Amino acid sequence: MKGLLNIVNKLKPTFSKGGKFGWLHSTFDAFETFLFVPSTVTTKGAHVRDCVDLKRVMSVVVLALMPALAFGIWNVGEQHSIAFGLDMTFWQKVWFGFLKVLPLIIVSYVVGLGIEFASAQIRGHEVNEGFLVSGMIIPLIMPVDVPLWILALAVAFAVIIGKEIFGGTGMNIWNPALLARAFVFFAYPSKISGDTIWIEGLSAANQSQLADGFSGATPLAQLANGAQELVTTTGDHLSFMQMFIGNIPGAIGETSTIAILIGAVILIWTGVASWKIMISCVAGAVAVGLLINGIAAPGTYADYPVWQHLVMGGFAFGAVFMATDPVTSAQTERGKWIYGFLIGAMTIVIRVFNPGYPEGMMLAILLMNTFAPLIDYFVINSNIKKRAKRIAA
Amino acid sequence: MDKNIFIKPLFTANPITVLVLGICSALAVTAKLQPACIMALSVTIVTGCSSFLVSLIRNTIPNRIRIIIQLVVVALFVILVDQILKAYVYEISKQLSVYVGLIITNCILMGRIEAFALGNKPIPSFIDGIANGMGYGIILIAIAFVRELLGFGTLFGHQIIPLSWYASNGGFYENNGLFSMAPMALILVGIVVWIQRSIQKDLQEK
Repeated sequence: MKGLLNIVNKLKPTFSKGGKFGWLHSTFDAFETFLFVPSTVTTKGAHVRDCVDLKRVMSVVVLALMPALAFGIWNVGEQHSIAFGLDMTFWQKVWFGFLKVLPLIIVSYVVGLGIEFASAQIRGHEVNEGFLVSGMIIPLIMPVDVPLWILALAVAFAVIIGKEIFGGTGMNIWNPALLARAFVFFAYPSKISGDTIWIEGLSAANQSQLADGFSGATPLAQLANGAQELVTTTGDHLSFMQMFIGNIPGAIGETSTIAILIGAVILIWTGVASWKIMISCVAGAVAVGLLINGIAAPGTYADYPVWQHLVMGGFAFGAVFMATDPVTSAQTERGKWIYGFLIGAMTIVIRVFNPGYPEGMMLAILLMNTFAPLIDYFVINSNIKKRAKRIAA
Repeated sequence: MDKNIFIKPLFTANPITVLVLGICSALAVTAKLQPACIMALSVTIVTGCSSFLVSLIRNTIPNRIRIIIQLVVVALFVILVDQILKAYVYEISKQLSVYVGLIITNCILMGRIEAFALGNKPIPSFIDGIANGMGYGIILIAIAFVRELLGFGTLFGHQIIPLSWYASNGGFYENNGLFSMAPMALILVGIVVWIQRSIQKDLQEK
């Protein structure tokens, strides 16, 4: 550590104003503060002082994503071996998944950080660190066989249109990672609509290569088509436990509810993400789910038990990592309850009643991102009114 | 005559990117180049002619009922254009559907008549109308160019992106469905505004 610090301090004058590489100041600053907590302090006004600055917070989120990522890497190999009837050892599966997932992560970071650095240089800002998390989340919510150029386009769209034009990290209205996914969802629906499963090599494969009895409908699509019993890709019964553990096909990081729960524990324990949003998100889904269950005719999609919904699709991942984004969620404490509740409620409504979109989590979060400032506005105003009444009384 | 009357609406006072008028039709008819061009032409003719006619009779219009008279004049030309389109390019007029009729409510028309034709001589008014229509048309065609190329891989219906590139033919490429939808047109208009404002510093708010 000491040696690294010496190198950084030695390089500093070259990159400062007047130095040889003075124009690269933003870039240097980004790496310096990424490695070491900056020693600069604010001089004016009252501030909460804490050694955990934005970059450290981002690192915790990336850490919390690791279980989901690790599971996802293994699962890519696992699903590939099932679909093609291959016999692979544990480490073969991990290696196979690693080789498939690594390029996605690299492309996501290179494109996203490249744009962030370039725009910071152009504007003379310091580099915004928000992309550290988005860059990790984006590959995790993509199908594993998404072409790299589509991924690069989606990342560029999310960073430029979703973030930079609003003024960078902290100013964006929508979650950039979800925006990248929404871009792929609407621009290249054949890749990602959520009707058919995503397994590496599936789109290029012909039927004869696949294992016997292989079927490609996702659990959510099966339900939307009125299935009574969910089946796996090989036609066996798909149990709740299997969806909970997550050895089912899906986007890379979202299949395993248990790995996501580990991440949730890290986030709540460190206080990085709001537990209120997570809880109310589940509450909203359960409340609407029970309501729909209550009025549903037996055997229909609406009759499907609500607790199963919680482990299917991207619900858990969205509730833990995407809905809790501190920038785009509601800021007021009461607002967070409302915001989370409506995300959960909307997800179930879209899943059950909208035949066009099998999965509703992404659209529900983006919709509530849009409404978050409005929710805050009403919460603050109702508080003002309450206090005004108290003064009047 | 002041040549600014003609030049300004094309760029520095463009009706779409600076005055932000006529946005709805700019989003609706720009999915492909051909309807966009026809629309641009129609609007240019209607703005030019109606500005000219209103300017001719501007001293006889009672002030209190001027809006209704302007509407009648505009409607006259819109109906003429609509009938001509139906007669000669029926397929495209079907694609444009209600948007030709809705030229009547296009804010550019009323805006230019109110702001210019009512206080100027017929010839400058005609030029102002034509120039505003063309300023609108430039943006329309630019956006339609990008949208048709990326959304359908074609320009004026001719395949531009080689068919062998497509994933269905063993290539890697796919058309971007987002470009064929209206939201992307809004984003593209936004990007054009962004570019213009970063060039034209006097448009930036302090």
